Amino acid sequence: MGAMIQKDDGFDAAKSEPAIRFGHVSKVFGGVRALDDVSFEVGRGEVHCLAGENGSGKSTLIKIITGVYRPEPGAEMEYFGKAETSVTPNSARGRGIAVIWQDLALFPEMTVAENIAFDTLLGIRPRLVSHKGMRDTARAALAKLGVDLDLEARLNTLPIAQRQVVAIARALVSDARLIFMDEPTASLTQAETDHLLAVVRTLSAAGVAVVFVSHRLAEVLEISSRVTVLRDGRLVGVYQTQGMTQSRLTELMTGKTFDTVVGARDTAANRKVLEIENLTRRGEYEDVSLVVRAGEILGLTGLIGAGRTELCHTLFGMTRPDRGTIRLNGKVLTMNSNRDAVAAGIAYVSEDRLALGLVQPQSIADNLVIPVLDRISGADGLISRRKKGDLVRKWLVDLAIKTGRPEDAVATLSGGNQQRVALAKWLATEPKVLILDSPTVGVDVGARAGIYKIVRALADQGLAILLISDEVSEVHFNADRILHMAGGRMIGEYDPRRTTLHELEEAVYA
Amino acid sequence: MRALYARLDKELGTGVIGLVGFLLLVLVVFSLATPQFLTVANFGSMAFQLPELGLLTLAMLMPIISGGFNLAIIYTANISGLTLAWILNQNGGVDAGMPVFLFGSAAAIAVGALSGCVMGLVIAYVGAHPILVSLAMMIFLRGLGEFLTRGGDISGFPDFLHGIGHGFILGIPVPLVIFLAAALVWHVLLNRTRHGFSVFMIGSNIRAAHYSGIHTKRTLTLIYTLSGAMCAIAGILMLTRFNSVRVGHGEALLLVTVLACFLGGIDPFGGFGRVVPVVLALVILQVLSSGLNLLGANQHLSTAVWGLFLIAVMILRWLAATYRSSNRKRE
Repeated sequence: MGAMIQKDDGFDAAKSEPAIRFGHVSKVFGGVRALDDVSFEVGRGEVHCLAGENGSGKSTLIKIITGVYRPEPGAEMEYFGKAETSVTPNSARGRGIAVIWQDLALFPEMTVAENIAFDTLLGIRPRLVSHKGMRDTARAALAKLGVDLDLEARLNTLPIAQRQVVAIARALVSDARLIFMDEPTASLTQAETDHLLAVVRTLSAAGVAVVFVSHRLAEVLEISSRVTVLRDGRLVGVYQTQGMTQSRLTELMTGKTFDTVVGARDTAANRKVLEIENLTRRGEYEDVSLVVRAGEILGLTGLIGAGRTELCHTLFGMTRPDRGTIRLNGKVLTMNSNRDAVAAGIAYVSEDRLALGLVQPQSIADNLVIPVLDRISGADGLISRRKKGDLVRKWLVDLAIKTGRPEDAVATLSGGNQQRVALAKWLATEPKVLILDSPTVGVDVGARAGIYKIVRALADQGLAILLISDEVSEVHFNADRILHMAGGRMIGEYDPRRTTLHELEEAVYA
Repeated sequence: MRALYARLDKELGTGVIGLVGFLLLVLVVFSLATPQFLTVANFGSMAFQLPELGLLTLAMLMPIISGGFNLAIIYTANISGLTLAWILNQNGGVDAGMPVFLFGSAAAIAVGALSGCVMGLVIAYVGAHPILVSLAMMIFLRGLGEFLTRGGDISGFPDFLHGIGHGFILGIPVPLVIFLAAALVWHVLLNRTRHGFSVFMIGSNIRAAHYSGIHTKRTLTLIYTLSGAMCAIAGILMLTRFNSVRVGHGEALLLVTVLACFLGGIDPFGGFGRVVPVVLALVILQVLSSGLNLLGANQHLSTAVWGLFLIAVMILRWLAATYRSSNRKRE
């Protein structure tokens, strides 16, 4: 992503005292080695990255460092120059270790000041709450970060990015000298991410070490000085980020090489499937025209807030346009609900797999059949268990969904497998147009390649695919054509074979 | 044996075996405690008492699985009973014939379904919370019913109704037959139909269900309509059992239906639950209450025992879940 962020000038681990130093850390859960003889070191004030796919042992390692888990005997643990034999969550906090989990663990109904100063209220002796004292504490912590926030604002009125800053300030109040941040940029826009990285740089300059735990590799490379890579519970290595490329890091994390070649083909001669003309919905998008052809992957990129998802909702029949026409296979399409869209042959894989895309607590099997209940019903109108079982088995095999049992909850699957279930569910409707809204959010690098492969195979079978993503590289490598949307309008079209990734990134992120 | 257990668990719903075990335990304890317990008369009286509560519990069950609630079940049953009573009284009273009863029952079910349908429409299209909507409907129906009856009893029905409320088919009490048939319909409806499937999905995540192409508004409307119709059947049965209708009759059962649902393993947050364990839970509640009654215990004491029973079941479920997950880890 943007090349405008300056990299720290090669953090020199040898010169710096370590904040923490761990050696020979192993952890066994019920016979499974979650961590196998891993060492991990972070320098004081260093910005470090801990990279690895789901299941690589990142979380286990953090939980050992923060005293939640006890490592197997033989581990060496050192916090700020002092060797320890046993650590509890309390003693780790006392040593200056803090973790900001992805869900932030803040109090949404309380004010910014209350959230930041919360830990000062904890104590054995009961005492009165001093609102002024809390505000002073909070103001001081925010000042250290160089951030100005309304101290009386209720947390749930703030955007995610500002809540993160509150979480960091809260860690500072309890004298954190090493902060772990779990997937901090997952739900941020580019501008917010840049701002967060600036805050991290301030921390680092003040001698507070920050460890990023992240899937999103671009930002990691920009800001960290070193990266520790884990794979399958083992240490792959510790690398200087200077000179490290994204594809090299992906290889280290997955142990596989991925060809990140531009997959675009010429589809200009193909039959038009979905045609949109001057589609407008006031306040969301304006004068949008586009064509998706059979067998084509049309990439649609732009920052969050560009109107991409809003456009999808209209194409999926969930909102009504104010003006303009939608044509499917040449016929004008008017839809009153998403059921009309499904019946017409339009499928939409939502960007929000957790809340909208899948019914997480329910079974894999049930999630697969939701949109095709009529197809698995027998002559008596009842759902046929045989038909349901056949359909579920077919899709589990076709999309190579790795699952214990079809009756397990979808929530038990990894992000990549969940996304395959979401894809399978819509493919079962035999759509003509497939809209993929950010299909690899929260999906491991290795599992992403699998999803791209499926999408390409579907296009080869003649499906018209609209691929929406705010990760420019995703559309660049996978789409046949790319449209750029900003402020609710289409502002550019690119051919990935004639445009470099860098040019495209400049255009979108600038 | 293990496979059989797993299969029963899957077909009938988790926890059925635990409930059956508990039922057997209670049966044995009461049989030993009092000689009057293990008698035809006692089982007969239980079989006549259970169906009312059972039908009302079925009416509560479907809204709870969908993540909602129906506080209006008792007064919907009362108003439906009142409809039937009015039609009987308008058409001969004690001399009314079977056709009048059948017509009146159909009208009663229509009234019950209509009140449910109105709730469902408001919940689905206005987006108001089911507890508030059904509370409003409950208060409306109570007020309406008390206004129409001036708080009194309506009676004077034909004699053949006694044969429904107190009679037998093939040696089985008629009310029990009606309840078992209703439970079977509910079981099939929830587990085998598209509507039932949608109820579970809506109960877990209504927005995701909507995004997946489920007609959530229609499903919600149908849930409360069916719930209202089930209330009406309970109302008709109450009329034949007591040979009278009074608004407010059965008021105490409202929270007992919720108790039965939770004992039967219905997820209080919606999305999960089966009919069979709920039926078993109803049987256990009935046995506890009848057994304690035979032992000479006060009716209030048996209510207290029900409460303790629910707490005990929650603790046992927690223990079972802990045991299962520690087993899984060992594997």
